[in-house]
Amino acid sequence: MNLTLILFIVLAAVAVAAAAGLLISRNTVYAALFLVLNFATVAVFYLILGAPFIALAQVTIYAGAIMVLFLFVIMLLGADKLPRGQVLPWQRPMAIVLAAVLLAEAGFLLFQRLQITAGLANPDASVNTTQALQTLGLALFSQYLLPFEVTSVLLLVAMVGVIVLTKKEKGEPG
Amino acid sequence: MPNTIPLSWYLGISAVLFTMGALGVLIRRNPLIIFMSIELMLNSANLAFVAFARSFDVLTGQIFVFFVMTVSAAEVAVGLALIVIIFRNKHSIDVDLMNSLKG
Repeated sequence: MNLTLILFIVLAAVAVAAAAGLLISRNTVYAALFLVLNFATVAVFYLILGAPFIALAQVTIYAGAIMVLFLFVIMLLGADKLPRGQVLPWQRPMAIVLAAVLLAEAGFLLFQRLQITAGLANPDASVNTTQALQTLGLALFSQYLLPFEVTSVLLLVAMVGVIVLTKKEKGEPG
Repeated sequence: MPNTIPLSWYLGISAVLFTMGALGVLIRRNPLIIFMSIELMLNSANLAFVAFARSFDVLTGQIFVFFVMTVSAAEVAVGLALIVIIFRNKHSIDVDLMNSLKG
């Protein structure tokens, strides 16, 4: 029982509990904050896995930008407490059965391929952070330069699309 | 800090988080929470990518995660704009009211 193992178990418990909180919380703002907690724990997983750049991108993009956008829209719409509509009687049990089937399939695949996945435990050597960042940056700007530029075009298209979508037409009532 | 956690544990937690995201899409009727569940699923897939990248000692997984993050940022911006427009037209965002395209 070493330190990494204890850290992993605690983080996994927090991540699953935060996801459960997202599923059951009635208030949308609480759900968003539970999701932020989940993203933060996953960022620590990335740090343990030797991916500091991804961990920081996770915190700034997901927990920062995306969740702030979510909270902004929740506040804007006043959607933090929606009135409950009529509930389909079979929806919840059906969903739980389907989710259990999905989890069973994933677990079956995982255990069927256990000789592949278990054999490849992470190497014991600790990662040289500076060198890892350097290699990642070089790969991103040489081998993956075209996808990187396409990504910027995608973001531009999304930005223009959002502005066009939410712009009010001339003469349209508020 | 030495890494002694097998890859299958990371894949297990990734599978559990993905299932919870799918469950959220199925049981919740608030489109904002459905959206957050989709983000949860994307995130669990990213975790599997990074775990595989570490295990096979290649960088491609991390680069793919970077692209997934960008695409999900664009997707969230467009999706939230759609939710705002639906709210403006129907004064509610209940998913049951979005049935105008029903044949």
